[in-house]
Amino acid sequence: MQDCTFFTRKEILRLHGRYHELAPHLVPMDYTNDPECKLPLALIVNMPELKENPFRNRIVESFSEDGMGNLSFNEFVDMFSVLSEMAPRELKAIYAFKIYDFNVDNYLCKEDLEKTLNKLTKEELTPEEVELVCEKSIEEADLDGDNKLSFADFENMITRAPDFLSTFHIRI
Amino acid sequence: MPPKKKSHAAVEVDDVGMEVDAVSEDDSEEEARRKTKNRRAKAQRKPKRVSDDEEEEEEEDEAPKRKARKKKRKPQDSDEEEDEEDNRSVKSKSSKASRKKAAKEESDEESEDDKKKKKNGGKAVSKKGKEEQNDKKKGNAKGSGGKNKGGEKDKKKKNGNSSSSSDDDEESMSEGEMAALKEEVEEKKKLIATLRNKPWRMQRRLIQLKEAQEFVEKFEGALGKGKGRKWYAYKVMMTKKLIKFKRDFENFKTACIPWERKIKEVESHFGSSVASYFIFLRWMYGLNLVLFGFMFGLVVLPEILMGLPYGSLPRKTVPREEQATAMDYAVLFDFNGYCKYSFLFYGFYNSDRMIGVLKFRLPLSYLLVGVGIFGYSLMVVIRTMARNANEGGDGAEEGQFTFSWKMFTSWDYLIGNPETADNKYASITTSFKESIVDEQENQKDENIHLRRFLRVLANFLILCSLGGSGFLIYFVVKRSQDFAERDNDELSWFEKNEVEFVMSLLGLVCPPLFETIAELEDYHPRIALKWQLGRIFALFLGNLYTFLFALFDEVTAKLEKEKSIKNETIWALNAYYANYSSFYNTTDVPPPDVHPADVIRGPCWETGVGIEFVKLIVSDMQVTYLTILIGDFVRAVIVRFLNYCWCWDLEAGFPSYGEFDISGNVLGLIFNQGMIWMGAFYAPGLVGLNVLRLLTSMYYQCWAVMSCNVPHERVFKASRSNNFYMGLLLLVLFLSLLPVVYTIMTLPPSFDCGPFSGQEKMYDVVMETIENDLPSFIGNIFTYATNPGLIMPAVLLMVLAIYYLNAVSKGYQQANLDLKRKMQMARDEEKNRRNNKDSTNQVMKDLEALLPNKSLIPPPTEEDELEVPDVVVEKSSKSPKIKPGAVANGKGVNLQKEVSLAASNPRGPVTRAPGPRGGNARGPQPGPEKGRGRSAR
Repeated sequence: MQDCTFFTRKEILRLHGRYHELAPHLVPMDYTNDPECKLPLALIVNMPELKENPFRNRIVESFSEDGMGNLSFNEFVDMFSVLSEMAPRELKAIYAFKIYDFNVDNYLCKEDLEKTLNKLTKEELTPEEVELVCEKSIEEADLDGDNKLSFADFENMITRAPDFLSTFHIRI
Repeated sequence: MPPKKKSHAAVEVDDVGMEVDAVSEDDSEEEARRKTKNRRAKAQRKPKRVSDDEEEEEEEDEAPKRKARKKKRKPQDSDEEEDEEDNRSVKSKSSKASRKKAAKEESDEESEDDKKKKKNGGKAVSKKGKEEQNDKKKGNAKGSGGKNKGGEKDKKKKNGNSSSSSDDDEESMSEGEMAALKEEVEEKKKLIATLRNKPWRMQRRLIQLKEAQEFVEKFEGALGKGKGRKWYAYKVMMTKKLIKFKRDFENFKTACIPWERKIKEVESHFGSSVASYFIFLRWMYGLNLVLFGFMFGLVVLPEILMGLPYGSLPRKTVPREEQATAMDYAVLFDFNGYCKYSFLFYGFYNSDRMIGVLKFRLPLSYLLVGVGIFGYSLMVVIRTMARNANEGGDGAEEGQFTFSWKMFTSWDYLIGNPETADNKYASITTSFKESIVDEQENQKDENIHLRRFLRVLANFLILCSLGGSGFLIYFVVKRSQDFAERDNDELSWFEKNEVEFVMSLLGLVCPPLFETIAELEDYHPRIALKWQLGRIFALFLGNLYTFLFALFDEVTAKLEKEKSIKNETIWALNAYYANYSSFYNTTDVPPPDVHPADVIRGPCWETGVGIEFVKLIVSDMQVTYLTILIGDFVRAVIVRFLNYCWCWDLEAGFPSYGEFDISGNVLGLIFNQGMIWMGAFYAPGLVGLNVLRLLTSMYYQCWAVMSCNVPHERVFKASRSNNFYMGLLLLVLFLSLLPVVYTIMTLPPSFDCGPFSGQEKMYDVVMETIENDLPSFIGNIFTYATNPGLIMPAVLLMVLAIYYLNAVSKGYQQANLDLKRKMQMARDEEKNRRNNKDSTNQVMKDLEALLPNKSLIPPPTEEDELEVPDVVVEKSSKSPKIKPGAVANGKGVNLQKEVSLAASNPRGPVTRAPGPRGGNARGPQPGPEKGRGRSAR
């Protein structure tokens, strides 16, 4: 498990503690029988680390296997591992892409950008401004000219962003 | 945690296996070998040898890493440590033996054949291992004891199997095999190290990890061991510590920056332009703090501690006629009375060459500090400007992805505090608005000719008004000089205060006028701000000019008066001496015994100037604070609460809330600083006063901005380097330097007050020190240095240096431009290439794999379980050739390849279950730090 994540054994144990805390009646403390247990989105989203994040639902959804936001412990650890400081830029980029990909079609299209923007600004920009910003960002980052951002576009853009690494991480 | 639990079980199994090792011998394996003997020739012999050697070296490198990993683990699983040690020792022995053998039996042909055999055996075992793994998983999952046992049996068998074969192999393992094995192990290790970087589902990763680990565990023991592991472990530990320390230190450093939070808050609501004012204010505060340190530490404190106390000298005593009112509040508030004769002002300081036990040369120190303040400020301002210019220069990538970056990287995922989150929302919105304004400015396409005409017109108008106000000031000052010659009584109140009146009127009318005219120009608000700043600066210069003019008039008047008083005192003294000597008929005359308060004294023009400056600063402070209080706070209160009962909408309509006046505040700050620089020489206490002022205004203005101002209509981004402010500051610094240096160099100091009393000129102190206190050769050097013959070449040299540096900088600029162009070209090229080639295929596939799977079963697992056995059989013989790049591709087919690789050589000399070192094989990159606290930004 350690090799799959960026955590030490201690940290994983601590994470498990947190996971357990979220729903003490659901999560067993020992895994000898390897019970199937998943926590629903609503519980995880209420963690203090995620509570204020405008993309919390998307984060949890993109790390859950069923896309509905139910996380098993493995996925839970995976999530914080990717969001940890040690994760490399490429890995983070991939998951960031997934997080911003609201309609899960592996492209960031205009609707995705609009949703992102509205979440970022709490819908305080006028529709025209939103329109302008979305158009501009697609124009900036779109390399192949299909009016939506593929992962290649996104990666190309994000790897040059100066503060992507410093902002896209959660300490737990 | 399933893997961990399993690992414990595995340890036991392992131990058992080790014991069984020596005894058991697998017959079927032997048979298989015999069958396949002699099937292969020694064709590939030689090339492999070379590679082998290389591999060994690599292995040496790798080994310490492994050890390091182990070290890392140690504290965590001390219970497993013993087992590990045992295994290790056994392993190392056997591996050494095997290596030796391998080296010795170079010519052994059988080895080649062995390889083949092993492959076959490997196939079998790999399948077995695979099954066993699955078994184990199931066993653990369902807790069915029987299956688990079966797994253990399997395990034992396998252990026995492989170890026995390893015993055999010790004679027969060839370099080729070794190399291949090593490569595989390397690869697996690499896989383990990079596994965490793979964007796979956890389940898939776990499975991969287990396979890889199992393989590595099995075979790595057979390969090399290196020395210096301890040292490596130590190094790794130290780097980790260092990184942690660096981060802590970084945090500490940011925590030490004062008002960072406050400014960030303002910035998030009002944009970076308003924040730039506060940052400037903070910078100014820092500068003043240092100046205050100089002034206080080198001048004020020594005089207070070591100098003569109050009342001992005429200059330190309030004169008799003023004593009655000296404590009155009104008097003190005008900085007369006790204030005037305190350490706040120039006159208080004594002219003794040395004071106290330390023989502190106060006059010298006073002069040097007075000049040093300018030197230091100049240095700091220029250095800051240079640094800002550097920062502004490297923005090559700037502007390429402004919006995308804002969109995708502006949210800080660390934020966990509702208030911070609100601020962040506000700041993101503002920054988007800023960028939108910039963008709109770019998009605007308009009638250039009309625009140009309007701009010329606007500049013309503004020049006219500037010229008009300049003339007005000049006229008024001239008139006031005329008035000054007339008698005070026949002047009306207006005529007396004409200058001040006109000045404040201009200050009130002109800035809004300029702003209105600037609307014509339709600049981007950022540029408009600069123009506005420049224009108001020009206006304020008039202010400065009149002030200095008035001051110099006063000084000359005082100098005249002083001269007469000086003559008077000398005359009086002479008369006293004459009387005394004639009366007592003696030549040694004691000095006249007059109480210091009664001594006739000169006007002490330096103190006068100092008082003027202090008064100016204080009144300026009052005006600023009152303006904020009335113009912003009261207005906001009225607008807010009268809005309920008013005929029109006050908030949206006429008075509205105030906007933060950046240009006015910045200029106020700059001119205030100019006053400080000028006045600090005459009033050492002024710097301290200014520090207080900046401190209060920081809090006060922050509060005012947050509570009663509204953001600008067009929030705009401040330019990254606020060099414009700095440039203005530099100009003011230079302007304020002039009068001070002029007074130091030309005007005679007062004869009876201040540290330079008794000198012809103030700089005589320096001369005196050079002559008296320093060895004579330094004096000589000084004389030579001040020789015109030496100064001229020096100036010439400097001019040449400036010319040279200028040329160099131009060259660099050119090079910069070229590089930028090249980068642009490279970027375009890359764009094209990307369009043509689908280079990110693999990643895309990964992404597809990451799409939510409704059936909840991870596809990779299925693949493994179903397809692997067949493929392995087919591919196992040629597996070593496919290896390179297997990790890099890392999906689908490769996955199967890796499985086959894992199984290709089952006869590792040592057998170990995969479990106990579950987390051992960590990558070389620094592991996650422990005890990292969460932090909300």
